[in-house]
Amino acid sequence: MTKSASQNDKANGQSGGLSQSALPGLKARYSAEKRFQNIGIAAIVASLAFLAFLLVSIGYKGHGAFFSAQVQISVEKTWLEDTGYFKGEGDSFSLIRKAVVENLPEVNGRSARRDAYGLVGVDAESQLNTWATENHALMGERAAIWLQASDDVDSWIKAGQEPGSAKLSDRQIAWLQTLDVNGQIKTSFNFGFLTNGDSRDPERAGVGGALMGSIFTLIVCLLLSFGIGVMAAIYLEEFAPQNRWTSFLEVNINNLASVPSIIYGLLGLAVLLGVFGMPRSSALAGGTVLALMTLPTIIIAARVSLKSVPPSIREAAFGLGASRVESVFHHVVPLALPGMLTGTILGMARALGETAPLLMIGMVAFIADVPSSFLDPASALPVQVYLWADSPERAFAEKTAGAIIVLLVFLVLMNLAAILLRRKFERRW
Amino acid sequence: MQDQSTNKIAQPNIKLSAKDVHVAYSGRPALHGVDLLVRSNLVTALIGPSGCGKTTFLRCLNRMNDLISGCEVKGEILLDGDDIYGKGVSVEVLRRRVGMVFQKPNPFPKSIFDNVAYGPRIHGLAENDEHLEEIVRKSLRRAGLLDEVADRLQEPGTGLSGGQQQRLCIARAIAISPELILMDEPCSALDPIATARIEELIDELKERYTIVIVTHSMQQAARVSDRTAFFHLGDLVEEGETETIFTSPSDERTESYITGRIG
Repeated sequence: MTKSASQNDKANGQSGGLSQSALPGLKARYSAEKRFQNIGIAAIVASLAFLAFLLVSIGYKGHGAFFSAQVQISVEKTWLEDTGYFKGEGDSFSLIRKAVVENLPEVNGRSARRDAYGLVGVDAESQLNTWATENHALMGERAAIWLQASDDVDSWIKAGQEPGSAKLSDRQIAWLQTLDVNGQIKTSFNFGFLTNGDSRDPERAGVGGALMGSIFTLIVCLLLSFGIGVMAAIYLEEFAPQNRWTSFLEVNINNLASVPSIIYGLLGLAVLLGVFGMPRSSALAGGTVLALMTLPTIIIAARVSLKSVPPSIREAAFGLGASRVESVFHHVVPLALPGMLTGTILGMARALGETAPLLMIGMVAFIADVPSSFLDPASALPVQVYLWADSPERAFAEKTAGAIIVLLVFLVLMNLAAILLRRKFERRW
Repeated sequence: MQDQSTNKIAQPNIKLSAKDVHVAYSGRPALHGVDLLVRSNLVTALIGPSGCGKTTFLRCLNRMNDLISGCEVKGEILLDGDDIYGKGVSVEVLRRRVGMVFQKPNPFPKSIFDNVAYGPRIHGLAENDEHLEEIVRKSLRRAGLLDEVADRLQEPGTGLSGGQQQRLCIARAIAISPELILMDEPCSALDPIATARIEELIDELKERYTIVIVTHSMQQAARVSDRTAFFHLGDLVEEGETETIFTSPSDERTESYITGRIG
């Protein structure tokens, strides 16, 4: 009655050998796995494609915002004498008009003059004035200086001098083409885009105000949310007794992480501005509102990373006679720090891009000055993007995309800083 | 060896006395009325099958059971005559006088030097940097580790082998000059060679320190200890000289465990 081993196997449904045919369902299992793998790869490729599309289209639309067109004007010493610069009473208004008219051929009549003045930008007068005031004594008979071109000229040049791309008359276009041939038109890097505040004039408008506003706001947000959040997580995880009250607290913190951000804006409006009287639209108020919004995220991430520290480390510390505070701060927190920093990166990245709560506390206003303290009225990068996107002027379209580029660069730099910090604290055990 | 231990037992110094110790975890009893005397400068082994309460008892001696919520300890435990559960007792001071080495080596993720220096630092035992360095080197030497790591004290403690890590933990424990060292199955995670080194070490350490060691290996208890206490299902069944316990135990349960019928 004894069967051989392989006979037994066959009786049990096993055909022996090590190839795929030994298990009938194997082919189906393999193809299911392959399918899953392919879906995963397709998802990654798709997201990379979307990311590439975003970056390329924004880059294409916005890179021009970092450059601005300039025209070269030659200035005669006699003009400065005539307009009072040698007597210390420089008349910049007359000077710019004289300079423009004298530099272009056949400026006769009011409409021609208007066209001529329309070639230089709103800051050209003050640029010329500054130059003349400083250099009138030193200059020779004649000098050539670069002045800001008007926003229409700027748009026309960036559109590749395409006809119909800007509101320029034929006469103006003819002049510009001559200037171009003579090498009197150039585009150079526009530092003003990064340092100027907002302006109704596209040539002057810059993200500087919004950038400083975002920086101040994020500093306030980071200090408050990281400081309070980490301390709260340490208390809840290491010191608080496990009872109904702390469970209730934990449920609420988890829920707060998903509350729409505009509710925090309303809270800020009512409590921070109404009760505490913080300056409206200041980085302090904005940062505090964003901190309230980011706190739940940081607390949750910090608690998770504290939980992940093995209990053996705490036991070792206690065994040596360390107090609870010493055990937590000397051993547990340093090990949990990388996880806490990751949670903070996520929180800060969200805070950087949030617009709704800032709008509620007044950061929607048009603010022309660059803020210099936490209490000055400020804007923020996403708010600036929103304001410019709304603007009807053609030149602002490019600036909107430029502001988005600045926002993205800021985000990347912030993440890099956090990743470097995290790597510094990373330990292996 | 036997003569030495006989001499010591003839004039016993009691380092720690436990009277009628009951322990319950959230109402479930784990130890029922344990009475035990731990004698100075001897190695006392606690043996018994899994779950018999030996580790629970060990952790009472330095109040590590305080960290477990729902754990209730009743009874009297005196260290040199002082009640360790008394009012006004500082748990940090207790744990300085009663050190602990755990089952799985758990060095801090810091350098070897900082591992050993941590205890002296927080208790303020070193007057200056030179003194601290002296304490660290002395502890490493007594733990039999200095020769192997003298030239790399700044490297992470976690980079050592299992046996070395456990000796580092022992060095860390003795750096604060405890009087009593508790060891909770210190060799169970180690290979036989590392185990032999540590058993050698225990023999050297008992000149300076009193040692209580929990072990699940009867052979280890027979090798290292002077006195043995046998636990079973939460009761301390029998305690006495190791030789006696293993050759002529008085309780039937002890004999069953020793001969391998139970456990």
